[in-house]
Amino acid sequence: MTNAISARALRKVYPGNPPVEALGGVEIDIADNEFFTLLGPSGCGKTTILRLIAGFEHPTSGTLEMFGQSLLDLPPYKRQINTVFQSYALFPHMTVAENIGFGLEMLGRPKTEISQTVGEMMELVQMSHLADRQTGQISGGQQQRVALARALAPKPRVLLLDEPLSALDFKLRKNMQLELKRLQTETGITFIFVTHDQEEALTMSDRIAVMSDGAIRQIGSPREIYDHPADRFVADFIGDTNFLSADVVENRDGAATLRLGSGRTIAARAAQGVNGRVTIAVRPEHARLGTPAEGLLAGVLSDAVYFGTDTHFHVTLEDGTTFVLRQQNSPDSTAGFATGDPVGVCFPAEVAQVLRD
Amino acid sequence: MAERVFDIRKQTGFTTIAFACFAMLYMPIILLVVYSFNAGTSIAIWEGFSWRWYASAWENEQVQEATLRSLVVALWASGISTTVAVLAALATTRTRRFRGQTAVFALINQPLMVPEIVTAVALLIFFAMIKVATGYTGLAYLILAHSAFCIPFAYLPIRARLQGMDLSLEQAAADLYATPFQVFRRVTLPQLWPGILAGAMLAFVISLDDVVITEFVKSAGQDTLPTYMLGQLRRVVTPEINAISTALLGISITMVIAYTLLSKFRK
Ligand SMILES: Nc1ncnc2c1ncn2[C@@H]1O[C@H](COP(=O)(O)OP(=O)(O)OP(=O)(O)O)[C@@H](O)[C@H]1O
Ligand SMILES: [Mg+2]
Repeated sequence: MTNAISARALRKVYPGNPPVEALGGVEIDIADNEFFTLLGPSGCGKTTILRLIAGFEHPTSGTLEMFGQSLLDLPPYKRQINTVFQSYALFPHMTVAENIGFGLEMLGRPKTEISQTVGEMMELVQMSHLADRQTGQISGGQQQRVALARALAPKPRVLLLDEPLSALDFKLRKNMQLELKRLQTETGITFIFVTHDQEEALTMSDRIAVMSDGAIRQIGSPREIYDHPADRFVADFIGDTNFLSADVVENRDGAATLRLGSGRTIAARAAQGVNGRVTIAVRPEHARLGTPAEGLLAGVLSDAVYFGTDTHFHVTLEDGTTFVLRQQNSPDSTAGFATGDPVGVCFPAEVAQVLRD
Repeated sequence: MAERVFDIRKQTGFTTIAFACFAMLYMPIILLVVYSFNAGTSIAIWEGFSWRWYASAWENEQVQEATLRSLVVALWASGISTTVAVLAALATTRTRRFRGQTAVFALINQPLMVPEIVTAVALLIFFAMIKVATGYTGLAYLILAHSAFCIPFAYLPIRARLQGMDLSLEQAAADLYATPFQVFRRVTLPQLWPGILAGAMLAFVISLDDVVITEFVKSAGQDTLPTYMLGQLRRVVTPEINAISTALLGISITMVIAYTLLSKFRK
């Protein structure tokens, strides 16, 4: 099957003094019907990728295809791609309904079809009652829904969404996340969604590309990204992580034995040929507190912070670093340790991720 | 509102200077307006209130003719210069930056910088050649000359409006399958109207007011209102001149008010 979007060695340098390399050779394949998320800190090049796909910028080099056809010489108005802009970009001199119908009108669809589709779209985003309002007279959340309806109305093959939820309050945002996910499943349109909110990315996406500094660090399902981060940047950017250094004692085709700072050894998976000193990552919720004897690491419990659903334990390890554990609370339990107690940190060997540097 | 750290009105003497400036600017105009209602024939000795100079100006055939000519020239000139200005503004804000863009900007605004008398003399000589070659001595020379020096006045507000516009709106339209021409007609132009209107009105007033270039370019019997007035001043001066000036002032003020109301209404 051909990919909805496929980029090879995609590079973008913005001219200027000095020139800015916003993307340095990106490779992406986005499948049809996929909810694909670009996740990364501000300035990493997320919007730039969308602008290249939409056609507002030309790549400096590399190729870009949509369903096997090159996009490079196609102007934006000939691409079956619509965008929900970071700033919404609603037309201020048109009503809500006129905004939503604009794409169909430009495609030269008959009036009856336009008004029917516009009606459906307004129902979908619950804006029917405001059809004749000017777009300057509706709230931010409503503007966002109009922008979404406007981009969906022409039924594009690919929908680009640039941080569409960032202006919404927490509750509306949670609702819209579910709504967007449902819309994507129902319409079968390929969604390329940009966010710098990792939680949003994890809950909505089929696959996530984690970016930094104009490069893609890892592409995978939310589970893969969370449970098996490829490198320190990804592990750090997604969720909370404890980083430990360890020495590879033996590495037989990826089945490695590592010696932790405490001197205990564990079995872990590592890339072939990895040797010497490595960094491993352990998620706070994958570890639990135990006695110093049963723990893989030993230390002193320095702090216990109660968070309602769970408690965060800070353990000062023998080498002076802090290891954070997260344990769910149950009504009648106490952890059984008080601050100052010597404790052990226990985790199953398979949760330890050996990171690429 | 928070107290301003620096409030120029608190500087000693500021208010006095401000009033002096306003007085300098407006006292002569107020006097001119007042004497347009003078019952006597002097422009300096008040002899009571009367509309007689307005009536006299209204019935003066030369004034009628000059006024009509002024309006025709100003309408054509503002129309032509505004059209050119829109195109020029689009070319300097909606294209990729090109070499010599700053030079083009300077060239468009050249009439603001070249001394008007120089342009006037140049046009006189240039048009004289064409007149000899073609034999045509109609109003087109005046209209063309006015259009040329009105361009920067129409261009500046239109360009300002184009630059202040959110480019993402045009991108959104292109994203929604609008061809470049449709983008212009459906998104850029509707937002540009206030700028175009401002530019056209400014050009109109500037053309209406011109003396120097008109004086040099006009053929015999082609007086506009300002050049007619200048001619009158060389002869007997009656408050009729005040009445005509006051009427011109009235037109300018009406334009400004109309523009303010229009731009408010648009929002
Ligand atoms: N038009 C431009 N000219 C020059 N540099 C630009 C331009 N647009 C973006 N950049 C630079 O390119 C880099 C990537 O920008 P981009 O807008 O793609 O980031 P982003 O990941 O979308 O960030 P954010 O989360 O803040 O929206 C940044 O360093 C930015 O400063
Ligand atoms: Mg962005």
